[in-house]
Amino acid sequence: MNAAAPSIREHDEREATSADGPASRRIAVGYGFWIFLLSDIIMFSAFFATYAVLNDATNGGPGPAQLFDTTNVAIETACLLASSFACGMASLAVAERNQKWTQISLLATGLLGATFLGLELKEFSSLVARGAGPTHSAFLSSFFTLVGCHGVHITAGLLWLGTMMAQFYAKGFRENIQHRYLCFSLFWHALDIIWIAIFSLVYLNGTRV
Amino acid sequence: MFGKLSWSVIPFDQPIPLASSLVVALILCAVLAWIIVKGHLPYLWREWITSVDHKRIGVMYCILALIMLLRGFIDALMMRSQQALAFHGPGYLPPEHYDQIFSAHGTIMIFFVAMPFVIGLMNFVIPLQLGVRDVAFPTLNSVSFWLTASGSFLVTISLVIGEFARTGWLAYPPLSELTYSPGVGVDYYLWALEISGVGTLMAGINMATTILKLRAPGLTYMRMPVFCWTSLASNLLIVAAFPILTATLAMLLLDRYCDFHFFTNGAGGNPMMFVNLIWAWGHPEVYILVLPAFGIFSEVIATFSGKPLFGYRSMVAATMAICILSFTVWLHHFFTMGAGGDVNAVFGILSMVIAVPTGVKIYNWLFTMYAGRIRYTTPMCWSIGFLITFIIGGMTGVLLAVPPADFVLHNSLFLVAHFHNVIIGGVLFGVFAGYTYWFPKAFGFKLDERLGKASFWCWFVGFWVTFAPLYVLGLMGMTRRMQHYDRPEWYPWTLVAMAGALLILTGIILQVTQLFVSIRTRDERREPTGDPWDGRTLEWATPSPPPVFNFAVYPDVSGADPYWGMKQKARESMSLGNEPEYTAIEIPRNTPTGFVVAFFATATGFALIWHIWWLVVVGLVGSYATFVVFAWRDESETEIPADEVARIDRANRAARSAVLPGQPA
Repeated sequence: MNAAAPSIREHDEREATSADGPASRRIAVGYGFWIFLLSDIIMFSAFFATYAVLNDATNGGPGPAQLFDTTNVAIETACLLASSFACGMASLAVAERNQKWTQISLLATGLLGATFLGLELKEFSSLVARGAGPTHSAFLSSFFTLVGCHGVHITAGLLWLGTMMAQFYAKGFRENIQHRYLCFSLFWHALDIIWIAIFSLVYLNGTRV
Repeated sequence: MFGKLSWSVIPFDQPIPLASSLVVALILCAVLAWIIVKGHLPYLWREWITSVDHKRIGVMYCILALIMLLRGFIDALMMRSQQALAFHGPGYLPPEHYDQIFSAHGTIMIFFVAMPFVIGLMNFVIPLQLGVRDVAFPTLNSVSFWLTASGSFLVTISLVIGEFARTGWLAYPPLSELTYSPGVGVDYYLWALEISGVGTLMAGINMATTILKLRAPGLTYMRMPVFCWTSLASNLLIVAAFPILTATLAMLLLDRYCDFHFFTNGAGGNPMMFVNLIWAWGHPEVYILVLPAFGIFSEVIATFSGKPLFGYRSMVAATMAICILSFTVWLHHFFTMGAGGDVNAVFGILSMVIAVPTGVKIYNWLFTMYAGRIRYTTPMCWSIGFLITFIIGGMTGVLLAVPPADFVLHNSLFLVAHFHNVIIGGVLFGVFAGYTYWFPKAFGFKLDERLGKASFWCWFVGFWVTFAPLYVLGLMGMTRRMQHYDRPEWYPWTLVAMAGALLILTGIILQVTQLFVSIRTRDERREPTGDPWDGRTLEWATPSPPPVFNFAVYPDVSGADPYWGMKQKARESMSLGNEPEYTAIEIPRNTPTGFVVAFFATATGFALIWHIWWLVVVGLVGSYATFVVFAWRDESETEIPADEVARIDRANRAARSAVLPGQPA
């Protein structure tokens, strides 16, 4: 610290008075989980990049325009967004420490998520039945991997959700369980963001005329 | 029942791997037997294996790295001796074995030596330097470590159960695809890296959160020690780069296991996609390793020059500049693969630009030493050796960043010499400096200085005797990974390189001796104050070894180099100040979660490699069950009473008061 840089020193002192030692548990948990979500989004971006590069590598087989059923995708999207809404309701119920509404909204979150997953599996199996499985071309490999990776995340989320509901039921609204729920809701909403990217870049872009 | 696994996968006909693994197995069994017979197992389980203390976990990371260093170095000796013998002849290693050795050497040295060593030192030091009691997520920390250990275990057993990859350390497709590598070697590689990669990613998240959110009162960003800054940059890079590795290896796994076509020759696959993706992780990885080493040198040079670091702000700026630039240069690893002159020019220039912030750092270190009162301790020797070695390695790097020059030198031993020059001279010298520097903090006694310096000289000279000939050989046109050759003019140089490797071996033997001798004579080496080097940063304000809670009360930081300031104040007033008010401290409870998760992860990985599908299911269900059991526990913390805290802190205060001026000797 020298007198040559008064503005920076002032800034330092302001920071010093505001920085009161280590952050609270809730802040650290939420912050750490945000960093995890960013890393997860980077993983998806690798799959997105691969999908973009391999988009034309259809190996003489069908391309996006022939394969995607936008009606199914629209219903999937509606389910997922509604599921996120229910998850938001659950957050309010958790804040109120209301067991009944927490469980009801989490159940709704899970059912809507499961419906989404069922629709996705239906789409996948119909593609495979039409001979457009992931082993057919590089394009299809990258499509199944990108969308399937989101599906795997949803599946993991559903498992987590079940565990969360059981924890609220068995242990009540303990502080560390609330922190975990904060992470779960961030996770669930982040999957929406990924889905919106998949919806726009894969499905809308693939079926545009 | 056991998938592809049968007795025929054990290499009974190959004496070298069989004998060496038998020796290792015998040593392991002997150590285990000794631990059980002596009754140390409960202690080991209670205090180490289930520990969530960042210091213990850091030490375990470093031990893992040191053990794997021996394994990786034996591979190196075998490669050098093969090339020394294989002039006009086959040597003693058949090609399929030689290929496994150079692949294992690279994989082990990067993922299971350099990474755990660097992460171990960060783990140990960062919470201490930040003046806090632990990392942000202690249990996750233990999970990270054990997953890394799980990956090392898988790589190690590939020596005797089956085989390792023969594809080089990055397993480029299409060679690594099922068509050309039908064995389990590539699967060992992929699953070991996926499992340890998850561990590394979680360690990165943990450390980044710790540095950004948990600091002692008053420890603002611009007061953080430079090691914290470089670690922050390194962990941000882990968070941003390791997901790419996970995704890329997952795609190769899908190709191999499910007949996908990401990187295959046919069906529209694109092998260049792999090369791009893997280097989008791989180049930042270089900086993930070397930035913490830069931080270590900054701490060591400032301490042993008795001066604050020169140009602290420029050091921080240079660190963050490297952090960002490291993501913009990956293409220089494959200039020759046809991206065209314009693209090559852009990446060539960006690669050279990285030399600018690195140069800033070099000058900062030199100016820190300038007019300082330098103490030539072992850590300082490593640091000065680094400065000389790394500058030359950096210059050959800038040379390789010139695309036309790279076309000549690509894939040659010149390249091999260059990256060893920066990784040994930069990362390895750095972690060795850190190991000697922080050892007394971890264990309360110093390592033997004489043996340490002898080891440094063997390493330093040995390094140059090994790798200077490789530069020459590269310029003479010798390509890397050659199993045998017939050019008489290469022969003398490979012999010199072999001699250099033996010198490095001497250095390693001296290091092992140093450790044993220092432990045997530890009682004469004890250092009661916890500040053996006259340090400047907060880790030296704790006793050695630090108590589980690190700090009895949070230190109040009022400037950069906080501990130096505290010492000055104490020396001037000839007192440590009033005793603080002690309160009970809550610390996280130890848990076997990390060990159990890694156990199931190892089982899952092994089952996937050998196609034992029922075991895959068992492993995954086991991991989930562990997660649920962990979530269900009711008490996550245990309390250390105020009396105990006071007792520990008073003992340390007494030792520190005794060395203040004006005290009776």
